Amino acid sequence: MGKVTGFLEYSRELPSRRPARERINDYFEIYQPFPKAAVQTQAARCMDCGVPFCHTGCPVNNIIPDWNDFVYRDRWKDAIRQLHATNNFPEFTGRICPAPCEAACVLGINEPPVTIKNVEKSIVEHAFGEGWIQPEPPEFKTGKRIAVIGSGPAGMAASQQLARAGHDVTLFEKWDRIGGLLRYGIPDFKMEKWTIDRRMEQMTAEGVKFVTNAHVGVNVPVEDLKKDFDVILLTGGAEQPRNLNVPGRDLKGIHFAMEFLPQQNKVNAGDHLDSQILATGKNVIIIGGGDTGADCVGTSHRQKAKSVTQFEIMPKPPDERSALTPWPLWPLQLRIESSHEEGGVRDWSISTVKFSGDEYGNVKKLHAVRVGPPPKFEAVPGSEYELDADLVLLAMGFTGPVRSGLVEQLGVDVNVRGNVATDDNYQTSVENVFAAGDLRRGQSLVVWAIAEGRKAARAIDLHLMGKTKLT
Amino acid sequence: MNQAVTNTGLPVQQGLYDPQNEKDACGLGFIVNINGEPSHDIITKGIQILINLTHRGACGCDPETGDGAGILIQIPDKFFRRECKTLGFTLPPVGEYGVGMVFLPVEHTQRLVAEGIFERIAVEEGLAVLGWRDTPVYGDAIGRVARASQPYIEQIFIRCAPGMDQDTFERKLFVVMKRVEREVLESPEIKDKSFFYIPSLSSRTIIYKGLLLAPQIANFYRELSDSDAMSALCLVHQRFSTNTFPTWQLAHPFRTICHNGEINTVRGNTNWMYARQSVMQSPLFDDINQLFPIIPANGSDSAALDNAVHMLRMSGRELPHVMAMLIPEAWDADTTMYPEKRAFYEYHASLMEPWDGPAAVAFTDGKVIGATLDRNGLRPARYLVTNDNILIMASETGVLPVKPEDVKYKGRLQPGRMLLVDLHQKRIIPDEELKRNLASRRPYGQWLNENQIDLEKLPAPSRVHGTDFDTLIQRQRAFGYTDEDIRALMTPMAVNGEEAIGSMGTDTPLACLSDKPQVLFNYFKQLFAQVTNPPIDPIREELVMSLTSYIGNELNILDETPQHCHTLKLEHPILTNWDLEKLRRVSTSDLLATTLPALYHVSGGGLELERALDSLCKRASFAIKSGYSVLILSDRNVDAESAPIPSLLALTAVHNHLVREGTRTQVALIIESGEPREVQHFCLLIGYGASAVNPYLAIETLEDLAQKGMLPPGATFEKALKQYKKAINKGLLKVFSKMGISTLQSYRGAQIFEAIGLNKSLVQKYFTGTPSRIEGVGLDVLAREGQMKHDFAFRPITESDTELETGGSYQYRIRGEFHLLNPQTVSKLQHAVQQESFATFKEFSALVNDQSRQHCTLRGLMNFKRGAKPVSIDEVEPAKEIVKRFATGAMSYGSISKEAHETLAQAMNTLGGRSNTGEGGEDEDRFKTNRRSSIKQVASGRFGVTTNYLVNADELQIKIAQGAKPGEGGQLPGHKVDENIARTRHSIPGVGLISPPPHHDIYSIEDLAQLIYDLKNVNPQARVSVKLVAEVGVGTVAAGVAKAHADVVLISGYDGGTGASPLTSLKHAGIPWELGLAETQQVLVMNDLRSRIVVQTDGKLQTGRDVAIAALLGAEEFGFSTAPLVTMGCIMMRKCHLNTCPVGIATQDPALRAKFAGKPENVINYFFFLAEEVREIMASLGIRKFADMIGRVDLLEMKEAVDHWKASGLDFSSILYNPAMPARVGRRCMVAQDHGLDLALDYKLIDHAKEAIDHGAPVEFKLPIKNVHRTVGAMLSGEIAKKYGSAGLPDDTIKFYFTGSAGQSFGAFLSKGVTLTLEGDSNDYVGKGLSGGRIVVFPSKQSNFVPEENILIGNVVLYGATTGEAFFNGVAGERFAVRNSGATAVVEGVGDHGCEYMTAGLVVVLGKTGKNFAAGMSGGFAFVLDETGEFALTLCNKSGVDLDPLDTKDMEAVRNLIERHVQFTGSPRGQWILENWSSMLSKFVKVFPHEYKRVKGVPRTELAVKSMAVKGSETTQEVRA
Repeated sequence: MGKVTGFLEYSRELPSRRPARERINDYFEIYQPFPKAAVQTQAARCMDCGVPFCHTGCPVNNIIPDWNDFVYRDRWKDAIRQLHATNNFPEFTGRICPAPCEAACVLGINEPPVTIKNVEKSIVEHAFGEGWIQPEPPEFKTGKRIAVIGSGPAGMAASQQLARAGHDVTLFEKWDRIGGLLRYGIPDFKMEKWTIDRRMEQMTAEGVKFVTNAHVGVNVPVEDLKKDFDVILLTGGAEQPRNLNVPGRDLKGIHFAMEFLPQQNKVNAGDHLDSQILATGKNVIIIGGGDTGADCVGTSHRQKAKSVTQFEIMPKPPDERSALTPWPLWPLQLRIESSHEEGGVRDWSISTVKFSGDEYGNVKKLHAVRVGPPPKFEAVPGSEYELDADLVLLAMGFTGPVRSGLVEQLGVDVNVRGNVATDDNYQTSVENVFAAGDLRRGQSLVVWAIAEGRKAARAIDLHLMGKTKLT
Repeated sequence: MNQAVTNTGLPVQQGLYDPQNEKDACGLGFIVNINGEPSHDIITKGIQILINLTHRGACGCDPETGDGAGILIQIPDKFFRRECKTLGFTLPPVGEYGVGMVFLPVEHTQRLVAEGIFERIAVEEGLAVLGWRDTPVYGDAIGRVARASQPYIEQIFIRCAPGMDQDTFERKLFVVMKRVEREVLESPEIKDKSFFYIPSLSSRTIIYKGLLLAPQIANFYRELSDSDAMSALCLVHQRFSTNTFPTWQLAHPFRTICHNGEINTVRGNTNWMYARQSVMQSPLFDDINQLFPIIPANGSDSAALDNAVHMLRMSGRELPHVMAMLIPEAWDADTTMYPEKRAFYEYHASLMEPWDGPAAVAFTDGKVIGATLDRNGLRPARYLVTNDNILIMASETGVLPVKPEDVKYKGRLQPGRMLLVDLHQKRIIPDEELKRNLASRRPYGQWLNENQIDLEKLPAPSRVHGTDFDTLIQRQRAFGYTDEDIRALMTPMAVNGEEAIGSMGTDTPLACLSDKPQVLFNYFKQLFAQVTNPPIDPIREELVMSLTSYIGNELNILDETPQHCHTLKLEHPILTNWDLEKLRRVSTSDLLATTLPALYHVSGGGLELERALDSLCKRASFAIKSGYSVLILSDRNVDAESAPIPSLLALTAVHNHLVREGTRTQVALIIESGEPREVQHFCLLIGYGASAVNPYLAIETLEDLAQKGMLPPGATFEKALKQYKKAINKGLLKVFSKMGISTLQSYRGAQIFEAIGLNKSLVQKYFTGTPSRIEGVGLDVLAREGQMKHDFAFRPITESDTELETGGSYQYRIRGEFHLLNPQTVSKLQHAVQQESFATFKEFSALVNDQSRQHCTLRGLMNFKRGAKPVSIDEVEPAKEIVKRFATGAMSYGSISKEAHETLAQAMNTLGGRSNTGEGGEDEDRFKTNRRSSIKQVASGRFGVTTNYLVNADELQIKIAQGAKPGEGGQLPGHKVDENIARTRHSIPGVGLISPPPHHDIYSIEDLAQLIYDLKNVNPQARVSVKLVAEVGVGTVAAGVAKAHADVVLISGYDGGTGASPLTSLKHAGIPWELGLAETQQVLVMNDLRSRIVVQTDGKLQTGRDVAIAALLGAEEFGFSTAPLVTMGCIMMRKCHLNTCPVGIATQDPALRAKFAGKPENVINYFFFLAEEVREIMASLGIRKFADMIGRVDLLEMKEAVDHWKASGLDFSSILYNPAMPARVGRRCMVAQDHGLDLALDYKLIDHAKEAIDHGAPVEFKLPIKNVHRTVGAMLSGEIAKKYGSAGLPDDTIKFYFTGSAGQSFGAFLSKGVTLTLEGDSNDYVGKGLSGGRIVVFPSKQSNFVPEENILIGNVVLYGATTGEAFFNGVAGERFAVRNSGATAVVEGVGDHGCEYMTAGLVVVLGKTGKNFAAGMSGGFAFVLDETGEFALTLCNKSGVDLDPLDTKDMEAVRNLIERHVQFTGSPRGQWILENWSSMLSKFVKVFPHEYKRVKGVPRTELAVKSMAVKGSETTQEVRA
């Protein structure tokens, strides 16, 4: 809550980004260091609201005013304690969360909101730097065994909570490294991956067993898990990408974003790939105007694409908060991500009609048309045009969890939206099988995944023990 | 009325009505021939006094039936001798027979039984019954209701035993009376007990009283007109009660006293008297047990006081001694008092606590007659002595015509002083002599020196508990500490030495509805004073306050020995660990302490808790038997198995157990607990009887904070502890003063609380006598709450766990306490009104109304009964009619910005509702525009309350209390007072403004009637409303308000918003409006007063459902503040008090005001949505007209099968109670009040001044005036203001010259251009609200006394005056020029608290002042002629002012004023001063407020600073150690 008059005295300030020209030559995080004192000044802008909308704007309900106050008062240790009380991984959200808290910040009604996200990141990094973040193994073990399937933020959060409650937790991951989308979906320039390793180390010390390359339902039989564990928690994410069913979709050079992005992260991690989808020297077109699309934009720049174009079927949002989404709602408005600063073209109200290719089956052209507003997206007569395209990346969102394999084998019910259905206590239709994260609520934010993981952990603890101390 | 009644004639408890809450006030007076010569004339004049005080009484639904009147005279021997002869018996000589005035059952047989009992007991006591005399009374003389309840009235004549002296005879008669009372009460044959009562039984005095109006008494008791009826004294009383129930016996005088005022602490006083009975002994009585209870149940506070006085008098103390003991002066903080007198008071303080409250008490035993005033001087009492030795004392001057030349001198009773006439010595004994005599009765000082123990001087303990940091968090959890407790409550106290301030009220669930485990303290709400008695300002009037108390074994109160003061003196009730250890180890003579553990096995739940309480009580009894006199109830040593018994419960269990056992006064109870941490906790512990509290965990928490560096740099633990203690002590004083109680001793055990949501069996056993009206939780739930906290404490704690619960009571926190105004509801409401979407509004109201997941309010647990057939919504009254019933709440311009204030006004004017100015006045630019607020508020600060302001209103609202902080004043910090606000408030930019806790012209119900009358005079077209806050008994107060002729009464809930209030008040004072409103409706209907008055309610009303429920419970109009603010953009920042509102509402910062984005349309949309929702509900209930919904409580029911661990115990049948009254008794307002304006003298004045008003032609008239002519000049001024605004007429256009004694409020609100000159004297409130006129008062030219030594005008003169001038050739009463904000005045002497809270203007005092001059003064100047130097030394309160010499400009101004003073009044003193100007000049001091200096850039005087510093440190040492 900082200083009573802080918001009147100081203006919003964020760490600056490295110059675009410099940063597109590497995959390191883009932000310059930000002095501790400057963070404290920013925290002083927090107004000690009677009704802090920020922490209901925040899915994990971070008690933002309190840790802002601690930072302002140079009480960083208290700040990290308070922050960790609601969020297991503030270093993730502090980097990549779109910060609905800031959209709900009361100061945001008529002034730029408090830099909540940056304060959050500063707290956790300061705490790691000081060595304050140490494993917190449980005092007592319960002897209950829990399998968590999927090591994204939901699975990680749930595992840490359950381990701290004294349960034996095994976290299964189908990839070679843990982290799920965090690891392979988020480009390194937004979040470097040592941050995940650092947490993994802490969780290992707290008793979480990590099993990678374990694709349950594929190379790990579901039946084994049912036998060996008291509870199974599904946190497999919503990985089924939305496809674009237009003529020419089968041409070479048209990929889902999630085929493209992980490869670069692996390369950055030192892996050798036999073949990599590369934007280098190509005309790249990214279909989908969201965050994943932006990630593709940034990665394409770094791979030195010839041109980068990003499309969106929806109309261009207003520059300022739309009247349809008044404060404190998440605003409908134009967002300029760091990747957009680095170059490329963005366009809105465009629908792809078809692709055409060369004789080798490589995509060469994208045929598009301008369309009207939703829900009809009526084509504007005479607006058809075409663009050169060597690489097309589809970043149009996800339609839910992959149904084949685990979900089918377990026989859990799915809801109309294709997500795994649960009751209020995160229980699926199958006994002792729980679900959380994107797999349960559909594609969403990392912060939601953490929130889901925590709540599911609480529900599981209650289910197993009859009472729970988890929050 | 066919209702069951108690033995006093009041109805029995029913619904929310409780006869215990009845209040009364009144006018009183006496006349006495100092030479002791009886005459019939004295009686005739006494009755005349009574008649001239009629306006201080009231009548109920039957205009012919008064609230009661009576007179007390000496036994008219000649008359009785003659009469008895005709009855066949002869009276023995005077003094050898006694007469009893007896009210008897009308029914013959019962009457005979009662008479028989009387005769038998008289004989048993060795006396002889001479006979009975049927007192002739004339029923035609009294009202219908009075007649119907009239008892059979007889006189009994009893002869004394041969050789018995008269004092012994009196005592025998007392025993007879007590025994008869008790036997009749117990007699199965006498059914109509409510008739039976003995007004008097004495050989010296007799009382004639009844349910009468003053003028009726002589016609009803015709023998009073018999010329043979003679007396040397006559004591009279006219009552104003808060009910209309027929109660003959509650009329005054009582046997020894009559009383004007209220004893706030009566519950505690009565309980302690009861507890003392077990050790009472007196050789004067054969069997003292026959006299118990000393205070019978069901009397009024005055009756209780009378019983105590009577008992102490009969057991041997002289009457003045008794009065000084029960109603002592403010001696504690008075450094000027001589040691013997201090010792007298201090000695008696260790015997008993004061009976505290506003009181003018007149008393007599037939040998002496006198009167005394409470320490604060809150009731008026004026007297005069004539040349032929007649003394006339009354609540007002001018009650009897006395020729000016016959007056020897005139005086007034001063705070704490006594006026006494000894008929044997045939002289007035001055207070000074009287007190000196009392003080020298015994060597009190020596007794104290030898016996009293000082905590400081006790030996140092060998070992003291330190802070155990390792288990601290665990124990904090076990006692339910939250992060917020530490952050928001304790830290500010430890840092600033006072409680933190908050704003916007409270919107969290009641303790009995909250899902969070509560501390038991949260189930209690503080009571506070409103209307029937005033709260006190504990800061500005600190001199009457005291925290001192005495611990020890109480001895027989009827005796007087050195041992009686063998007590331990405590300066304040907070014990550090060091203090406690000293006490634990004390072993000085009778003082011996032991510690009793207050823990229980947590796993055993409620049963185990009960068992632990029983065993604690048994141990306490055993400890007393073993000789211990100090019991320390301790919850140290909490562990995994043992949880603390809630400290309050441990205390009250033991306290009540010992009271029942009769051993309570033999021990002091000390609480050693980890639980208490905020002000409310300490208040409850002390209010329920604890002598002192050691909050060890709070102390450890402070040390922990200091160690963690959570306190500001430089703050050590020691300093923090000192500040924390200071804050708690300050908070205690504040809470006492809310109830008008000045001393901790009186507060202790007074139980000034109401419980909400505790069940009857719990309350009966552990909180005996505390109101708890909706049932609720019992021990099992309390144990479960304990268990929850205990579980939380004893679970393993990991690093990332927030160490304590977050709290979230004062600020919203997720996982914290629920709030009605939360992110969802606030944003939904804003979206609805901005987008004009009724659908979104319905989403909002659904969020508020649906309390199925989270209970929050009482109304949340109610349902509409769907009996009737729904009607089509088209048939329902249109929304544009319903919105007229809506008003916005009082938010002052100053607390909120101009933009916000005007937006609300525009919205309300547009839709036909009403907005409210709040207490900050209104810019005159707004008066004739759409930006005007149609409700103009009149609050205690009277900011901007000018005549012009009053005439520009449709409604005038008297704010008695505010929901967020009832019983408290307000403060607008200097930084919020900009140029415009200062202009509007008639103050100075940058100077902070204080609203006093009380209206200084409302200390009782008849004063309120006077203010209503004043306002009605100024603006007869405006309706007058009175704003009250819900608490137990508010219905009774509302009935009084109805009888005081208010047009509207507003019942506010405790949860209303505020711009700034101490956190304790925000949460813990007052109750939900549902209870207050329902009680009001029930009591008004029972009294048949409902049809005369409009009832309005407010307090976090938000949805149509809220409105409908309020209407069904009895409201016809509704107030809203928080919700409209939210529609204008308020996001419940709760920073109103800091001026940093980020949306430009509650701020005066131009940069922030620029951010205000609210529009009238937003507000209008809200109210129409609201009305629309109301219509939907009406349709579903089958109601077409809104009026048909009012009071239809039968359409409400409590939700069935509430499945909640706490709420399931609640029972709303008392709220939903519908008194059985005939259909003709209205249940909503149907008739207008009769304000009695037609008798106003002003009609004559207006008539005379017609030429002046119409054409500005000068006029001049002479008129006689009497005390019954009240508020003279106000209506005339209203007429002028309507026509000419605040500019008024040219100076002296209208001149009136009066001769006589003017009634109250002479020259109130006098407009510019009017000069009132009065030759004679005047009562209270002269020049109240003076708005430009001139008032001149001097004594009659025929009078022979020295003007500057005699009282001329009453109390509270020039209250809230804004402009104009006044010249007074004589002395004024207390609080002269209080809250003056611009008037100029010259006066020749003033009482205590002169120029209090003054913010501007100029006052010249040419004589002596009383104490506490300039308290809270922040602007303007006072020039005081300080001939003796006493003013500068002791009388002026220098905490906020400098005393400077006059500069040349000042000298000129003062001289000029004195010259004009002489010119207007002919003042001899003024003339003499002018003649000796050069020598007088140096004796003038200039009182220059610090704040004013700061703003004017004048440096503080070096000398003044120094003397200030010395004074300051003294005060700190004395009061705040």
